[in-house]
Amino acid sequence: MRATRKLGRFLRPYWRWAVLAPLLMALEVAMDLLQPRLIQRIIDQGVAQRNMDVVISTGLLQVGVAAIGLLGGLGCGVYAIRAGQSFGADLRDALFRKVQSLSFGNLDRLETGALITRLTNDVTQVQELVMMLLRIMVRVPLMLVGSLIMAVITSPQLALIFLVLMPLIMAVLMWIINVTFPMFGEVQRRLDALNTVMQENLAGVRVVKAFARAAYERARFSTANDRLMEKNISALRVGAVTMPFMMLAMNAGVVAVLWFGGMQVRVGNLQVGQLVAFINYLTQTLMSLMMISMLVMRFARAEASSARIQEVLESEPDVRPSPSPVRLDRPAGRVAFEGVSFGYHSASGAPPLNGRSNGAHPPAGDLVLKDISFVAEPGQTLAILGATGSGKSSLVSLIPRFYDVTAGRVTIDGVDVRDLDEASLRAAVGVALQESVLFSGTIRDNIRYGRPDASDEEVIAAAKLAQAHDFITRLPDGYDSLVGQRGVNLSGGQKQRIAIARALLIRPAVLVLDDSTSAVDVTTEARIQAALASLEHRPTRIVVAQRISSVIGADTILVLDDGRVVAQGTHAELLERSPIYREIYESQMDNGAIVHD
Amino acid sequence: MTERRGGHTPTADPPPVMGGRFGPGPRGMPGGTVEKARDMRATLRRLWGYLRHQRGALIAAVVLVVATSGLSILGPYLLGLAIDRYLIAADLDGLARICALMAVTYVFLSALTWLQTYVMAGAAQRTVRDIRNDLFGRLQALPLRFFDQRAHGDLMSRLTNDVENVNQVLADGVVQIISGVLTMVGVAAVMLALNTPLAVVSIVAISGMTLSLNRWLTPRMRSGFRAQQAALGRLNGIIEETITGQRVVKAYHREPVVIAQFGEANRELRESATRAQVLAGFIGPLMNAVGNLSLAVVAGVGGWMAVQDLATVGTIASFITYARQFNRPLNELANLYGAIQSAVAGAERVFAVIDEPPETDAPEARPLGKVRGEVVFDDVCFSYVPGVPVLKHVSLRAAPGETVALVGPTGAGKTTIVNLLTRFYDVDSGRITIDGQDIRQIARDDLRRQLGIVLQDTYLFSGTVMDNIRYGRLDATDEEVIAAAKLANADQFIHRLPQGYQTLLSERASNLSQGQRQLLAIARALLADPKILILDEATSSVDTRTEQHIQEAMLRLMAGRTSFVIAHRLSTIREADQILVINHGEVVERGTHAELQAAQGMYARLYASQFERVAAPVPATPTSATSNS
Repeated sequence: MRATRKLGRFLRPYWRWAVLAPLLMALEVAMDLLQPRLIQRIIDQGVAQRNMDVVISTGLLQVGVAAIGLLGGLGCGVYAIRAGQSFGADLRDALFRKVQSLSFGNLDRLETGALITRLTNDVTQVQELVMMLLRIMVRVPLMLVGSLIMAVITSPQLALIFLVLMPLIMAVLMWIINVTFPMFGEVQRRLDALNTVMQENLAGVRVVKAFARAAYERARFSTANDRLMEKNISALRVGAVTMPFMMLAMNAGVVAVLWFGGMQVRVGNLQVGQLVAFINYLTQTLMSLMMISMLVMRFARAEASSARIQEVLESEPDVRPSPSPVRLDRPAGRVAFEGVSFGYHSASGAPPLNGRSNGAHPPAGDLVLKDISFVAEPGQTLAILGATGSGKSSLVSLIPRFYDVTAGRVTIDGVDVRDLDEASLRAAVGVALQESVLFSGTIRDNIRYGRPDASDEEVIAAAKLAQAHDFITRLPDGYDSLVGQRGVNLSGGQKQRIAIARALLIRPAVLVLDDSTSAVDVTTEARIQAALASLEHRPTRIVVAQRISSVIGADTILVLDDGRVVAQGTHAELLERSPIYREIYESQMDNGAIVHD
Repeated sequence: MTERRGGHTPTADPPPVMGGRFGPGPRGMPGGTVEKARDMRATLRRLWGYLRHQRGALIAAVVLVVATSGLSILGPYLLGLAIDRYLIAADLDGLARICALMAVTYVFLSALTWLQTYVMAGAAQRTVRDIRNDLFGRLQALPLRFFDQRAHGDLMSRLTNDVENVNQVLADGVVQIISGVLTMVGVAAVMLALNTPLAVVSIVAISGMTLSLNRWLTPRMRSGFRAQQAALGRLNGIIEETITGQRVVKAYHREPVVIAQFGEANRELRESATRAQVLAGFIGPLMNAVGNLSLAVVAGVGGWMAVQDLATVGTIASFITYARQFNRPLNELANLYGAIQSAVAGAERVFAVIDEPPETDAPEARPLGKVRGEVVFDDVCFSYVPGVPVLKHVSLRAAPGETVALVGPTGAGKTTIVNLLTRFYDVDSGRITIDGQDIRQIARDDLRRQLGIVLQDTYLFSGTVMDNIRYGRLDATDEEVIAAAKLANADQFIHRLPQGYQTLLSERASNLSQGQRQLLAIARALLADPKILILDEATSSVDTRTEQHIQEAMLRLMAGRTSFVIAHRLSTIREADQILVINHGEVVERGTHAELQAAQGMYARLYASQFERVAAPVPATPTSATSNS
């Protein structure tokens, strides 16, 4: 319960409500506890004594007590819910802000799906627990203790029955919790397995159909389904013991009270009304115990959520802002790497910038880049070529400081990127990734993403540069076409061009294209390059590419192999000097890509 | 003595004054969606269709419910008797007898209650299993078009959340309804028998209060929850999109904007949720008050009657318990209504998928015998969206064993040709034949078994490397799998994996490079040994050495088979028997490499733009290195 308790600090601003709710609940409980006593009075003093006044006045008193109890209950509900909802909203907000502050390295470790679950399900779990705590968690122990006290007051001798019943019930409840807990854990695992089958089936639907494997898939699913069902049934059946057992214990108590109480009544030590009241208190006590066991289960579930939330809240951004940041007012765009080495320090091999796991990553701690030095002068094009996993994407992700270098330094206009103000760094560097993420909204909104105040003319100009204008105007709604699940279907190449337009619109001094034209055909790619080269204030371009054709025109080509620069120069120079470059060149000439999708 | 049966039974009856407080009360819990079912009756009838298979268990459960309901009514009756006849009369022998009787009743009650849950758990889980199997089974039969239009998340949520909602109601709901109704009827009957006037007063008071409360609250809560769900949906939308695109958010320094957006939606949710929940939170205390008031009514009225000698003390004691027992199922049934609504809404969403029309084979579909591999497209037209033609009057003929290269710009329709040949989609007009037989006359599975398909993005399933290759032919032996891997040039890298062929591929196979995954796909296709091949060459992200491996493997795969290649590599194209240049959904040119070069058309231009840049780039050419600097 430690993680949950830590999250308690989010309740602090609402402490007034959080205190008021249990207090009001206490009022309700107190009123509830009075009821059996009042009934006892009606029986013993009213009916038995044939005193009609007592019957009437006590009946009215009962109504009054019920009304006060109702007020307490309603008030408690209002404050508990307000506190709980505000707690949840603040927690979500803090979590979301935290995620925004995290760096790429953190995000690599946390995984998208898991983060979404934390922000949604996990927060809801904890929030529900808080609201329950404020209402029931107070009510139940109060009820338990209150009923016990009232039972003792009503008849101390009969209360001895509790001494037998309570330990027995607690022992059995603990046993049930201990047995069912791991069983439900297993149920959860089998449910995950079933979901995986479905998920894979959906993602691989073309393959399934292509190989006509529907029957095989059905069998696979059905097996997982049966496994889930079997475990579910056995867990539920064990869990089903709880209720009948509690009933039995409670009823055994009632019979005992009746028997021992009956003897006392005979002797004259006890009145019938007292006996009835006692039975009431007994049932209340035992039911409270059962509620507590349910709460424990809930607590355990919420605890897992709390721990996951806490993990995010406690993660420190890998990339920390500089204490005295430097602003770049009119960046020229000179990019320099000085003896840069870099490794992902995460526990798991972190994927490179393009977010796609397209290669086996070196184990944690290993250097992905080793002693890299180069300079790209303002307006120049620097191309990076190399095999999968040679470190190209890692290299360019250091420029916008998505990660921090392990050794050496990366500078823009001579200033170490670690000393730069984050906003001005991001404004100076435009990035287009291979896997282009577009947000729901119009195409115009998406291009304007980095500079929401850009005019329509600027948006169109950027789209033209990225060779996206033509296909956009051919869409039914042009720039106002919606993107996303309900919107138009864009091909990979079209998305990439929109992503390039988005990067161009911020008028960056440095433009990083991380394999961002991989899905664009060669002719269009050439037009994009020509358009960029024709710009008056053209950005320094850092281009990661797979195809020789994409890099031929570059001022400098870096050939990366296993994290090192093995050759550096223009196309002509490299053809002469670098065997690796020549090998790539020849193989692509031979197998040369002609038209790309 | 008439009291040959014994027992007081607060049994399934929780603490006197807590009625309705702790139930899963779907309306009381945050996030408890109150959804309106569209056609409740039809959906329930359909659910009954599933439950029918569990008839034995259901009958047993009903018998058990009747028994437990009876036993739980017997309890308070015996208690009343015990007080009136033996306690007050101080008859210890009688008391002992009745106590024993009560004990027996309770043991049975508990045992039967457990048995009833035991039986129902099985019946409900088996029913839910059947529904899941039907859902998944139907998904396997649905056309690709269906998957193109649906978000996977939405389908997943039907399999999990919606089915779970159904499960909840089946497991507890059915029993609760039956026992609730029985208990109420039974309790009412006993009360009426014991003391008619007091019974009438109690029943009218309790049900009047409970029902009017429900009538007042339910519509208010429903609109409140609807607003809450809408706000929750908006917030979750923002969360999902932002987190998915988190890297872009960072790259463009949009964090402050996103935080503001989120904050706004979060505030909205907080407000609407508070409003809805406060209202729902009233239920507990109000029901509690109703419970207390009914006690007051019973005690007050009963006390007055006792004074007038119209009732006995024992009767009042029994009535106090009965009042609670009567109140509770009423309350539960009201709560259950909400749960049933969302279960039915969930079932409707599941059934909607099950009702999607599957891919069907023509009734006269014939099995495809031994295939030679002649493929003909005869004047084929096709559009994904009516009115937007994607292929226009495409005709082509591939002789057995020929290689056809499909070339053309993005969106020209190359992939569509593949989609039609595999019958992922059916032609709008014209026809496609294999060995002269219209493919619409061939059973789909049969057709696809003759086709080998290697897509750009190789999908691998979680499982071993061996399993993944064997996916091509399930009955292949280990030796055959390894032989295929060797032919596909995959054997080498597989041996370098930690457990070789037994290496587990993680989800989405992130432990393999794209090139390696493609080699596995080729091995898979080799193992399947199809007569007709469809290949989509990878465009990028593959390093040179792997690329050569792939190239070799592809050539081996194509040997002796009719092959359609969406080609990106010069060598593939040059060696093809025919090249089809596709543009705007039409075949604009066709012929061999040499013929098309000579024709000086689109192909020649495409070829030149690439070939010049790559093959003759040394310093002097205008497009080369110096031009940009």
